[in-house]
Amino acid sequence: MSELIAQLTEWREALRQRRSAVVQRLPSWSGRVLAAVLLVIAIVLPFFFDPASGFMNATIIAFAYVVMALGLNVVVGFAGLLDLGYVAFYAFGAYCVGWFGSGFFYKAHVHVGVSHVAGALPGIHLNFILILVCAVLVTSVAGAAIGLPTLRLRGDYIAIVTLAFGEIIGVVAVNGQSIHLSGGETLTAGNLGISALDLPYFPVIGMFSLLDLRPWYWLILAIMLVVLFVNLRLRDSRLGRAWIALREDEVAAVSMGIPLVRTKLFAYSIGAAFGGMSGVFLGAYHTDVTGDDFAFSFSIFVLAMIIVGGLGSIWGAVFGALLLSYINYYLIPDVLNSVPHSLGLNFDLSQLSFGIFGFLLVLVMILRPQGLIPERRRRLELTEAIPAEDGQLAEGGQL
Amino acid sequence: MEARSISPSTPGAAQPLAALRRFVGKWGLIIALLALPVYYGVRDLTHGYGAGFVAGHHVIQHDLSQLGFNLVSGISNGMIWALVAMGYTLVYGIIELINFAHGDVFMIGSFTAVGFWSSIGLGLTTGPLGLIAGLIVTLVVAMAVSGSLNVLIERVAYRPLRGAPKLAALITAVGFSFILQNVGLLWRGGSPQGVSDLIHENATVFKISGVIVHRADVLAIVTAIPLVIALNMFIGRTRPGRAMRATAQDPEAARLMGINVNNTISLTFLLGGMLAGAAGLIYALYETTIWYFQGFEAGLIAFTAAVMGGIGNIRGAVLGGLIIGCIQQLSDSRLGPQWTPAVVFGYLILVMILQPRGLLGEETREAG
Repeated sequence: MSELIAQLTEWREALRQRRSAVVQRLPSWSGRVLAAVLLVIAIVLPFFFDPASGFMNATIIAFAYVVMALGLNVVVGFAGLLDLGYVAFYAFGAYCVGWFGSGFFYKAHVHVGVSHVAGALPGIHLNFILILVCAVLVTSVAGAAIGLPTLRLRGDYIAIVTLAFGEIIGVVAVNGQSIHLSGGETLTAGNLGISALDLPYFPVIGMFSLLDLRPWYWLILAIMLVVLFVNLRLRDSRLGRAWIALREDEVAAVSMGIPLVRTKLFAYSIGAAFGGMSGVFLGAYHTDVTGDDFAFSFSIFVLAMIIVGGLGSIWGAVFGALLLSYINYYLIPDVLNSVPHSLGLNFDLSQLSFGIFGFLLVLVMILRPQGLIPERRRRLELTEAIPAEDGQLAEGGQL
Repeated sequence: MEARSISPSTPGAAQPLAALRRFVGKWGLIIALLALPVYYGVRDLTHGYGAGFVAGHHVIQHDLSQLGFNLVSGISNGMIWALVAMGYTLVYGIIELINFAHGDVFMIGSFTAVGFWSSIGLGLTTGPLGLIAGLIVTLVVAMAVSGSLNVLIERVAYRPLRGAPKLAALITAVGFSFILQNVGLLWRGGSPQGVSDLIHENATVFKISGVIVHRADVLAIVTAIPLVIALNMFIGRTRPGRAMRATAQDPEAARLMGINVNNTISLTFLLGGMLAGAAGLIYALYETTIWYFQGFEAGLIAFTAAVMGGIGNIRGAVLGGLIIGCIQQLSDSRLGPQWTPAVVFGYLILVMILQPRGLLGEETREAG
């Protein structure tokens, strides 16, 4: 057994050396060319698929989850604040669409920059971009508010407080029908859901439709690229370095003059704002906002994405989000669902989706505990650590 | 925490503020916990409560018996949470992992118990002696199954990740939680299932000054208390128990002293799983419904209990479980069950703000 492990480590080392040799021989502009090619592929991708196919649907949802994962990565990956209540910001974002983009508050008559269809309806109807701005404001304030009680806490205790907040917001969303605002209107529509949300409308492009998913695709692609760009710039900024310093050693960072409260609250706010943007998109895309969408399992799903991808690594978050959402929304329901029948077994694979998903999580983590695309800084820490004590530790440390 | 330990020594302008902070730090949590029962007690006395119809009229009573009833069912319900919470606290104390699969181990315990008692033929017509003997055998089976399941999970999902980043183990825990939920889903379907009410749980055993005590309450208390005492004795008095405490304090030093750390951790998971199995049996008899999602909810509630008592502390877990049980019953009967999770988690946040170590907590390695 130990010989086998030694052999495997040797091969892996050889492979790594060869790969780094190849990488060094590539010209310095190759990274940009690769990024440009990927971008072009991403833009023209919808032309190769049926505009209402399951794959398009899965891709749109996957991109929305990438935005979520990038937001959570700021909080958990960069700043090291384990947030188990991220679903709260999805809820705030989605309810922004519900409140400001539908006839839910039927007594109000506010219309800003919407199509003539929505313009004729009662309720508050704002343009999609305005809703996005509202959601960013609301969620960043909410993020800071949820972050405040955790400032004195560390590690798992932060996880517990954020979990509690996320659950409370989920309960309020489900039972919001019994919370009465002035004038007989309620806070949420509970499990009935706020339905008939406005479809996004832009002056030149016109109104989106649910039969043609291409505009949705480009919209979420644009949001994702903006968030990705902001994330990449943030990571290398003064603030980003402050987050990483706090994550590595809080006491040392504070004694170096990093303002603890402000830096942590910024991490919560910015991470929450990204979650809110994605929430707005997902709310509009599903065309209703139902209370029981906002369950704890959602937070765990997004957290699993960034941990499987590699905590703190932006490309890891992107890859993990794409991987897990394709598995969950495309591979299990669409592709593999007919496999048991063709093998002559009489059951639906969708019944097993939970189990398959859990099994994959366990497998990925055991084989590659630092994530699929680990952050460079973390990889250095893990490989240059103190010599490992036994085979199992070596497995965990040197992978 | 640092801020609090420094503040008494700094003289000057902040004196009243520091005094207030000390007061809140010492009494705040206790006041917050007493607020709910005291408020409803006073309300019952002044406004009264509806005690049903007699001859077509509303009967309004002005006494504390409804509050007493809430507290009795809170304590018996809390015993179930205490058993589950002890599993959380044992595991967290020793490897500092929030074992997300623990609630689902509890669910499997319930399913095993129900499956086993119906297969040995316990039913509504079984006589009292046969019932007691059968239930004791069921208890042993449920504890054994849940305990070994927990050990298996540790062996497969957590042990390979020792020395890896801490969050990796959290994700395998979540993964196993999903797997177990799927097992439960395939086993008994997706909706809550009624199980036969073996002990007639709503039958009154006795009544003290208007407070009715049901059979289910007696069952929960009579089963849970010996288990709690046994666990406490095991950890406090025996050699393996001492090894567990040593490992929880410092695994490295414990290993240098000749303690087999891996076996000790397995033992911890075994004990936690056994308690969860016992809780699963009591839950099935108490609630008379089971479903695959019960473990998830119970897990969150019991985890809250463990944190409230001070995570890593076994007596704290019991105390926390009882308190959460009472809060839950009060909220169920006064505010409505749909708000109970929000109330419970609201209290969790209050605990974290007012006394992050919990009621009886000592400082763990993590929480400074």
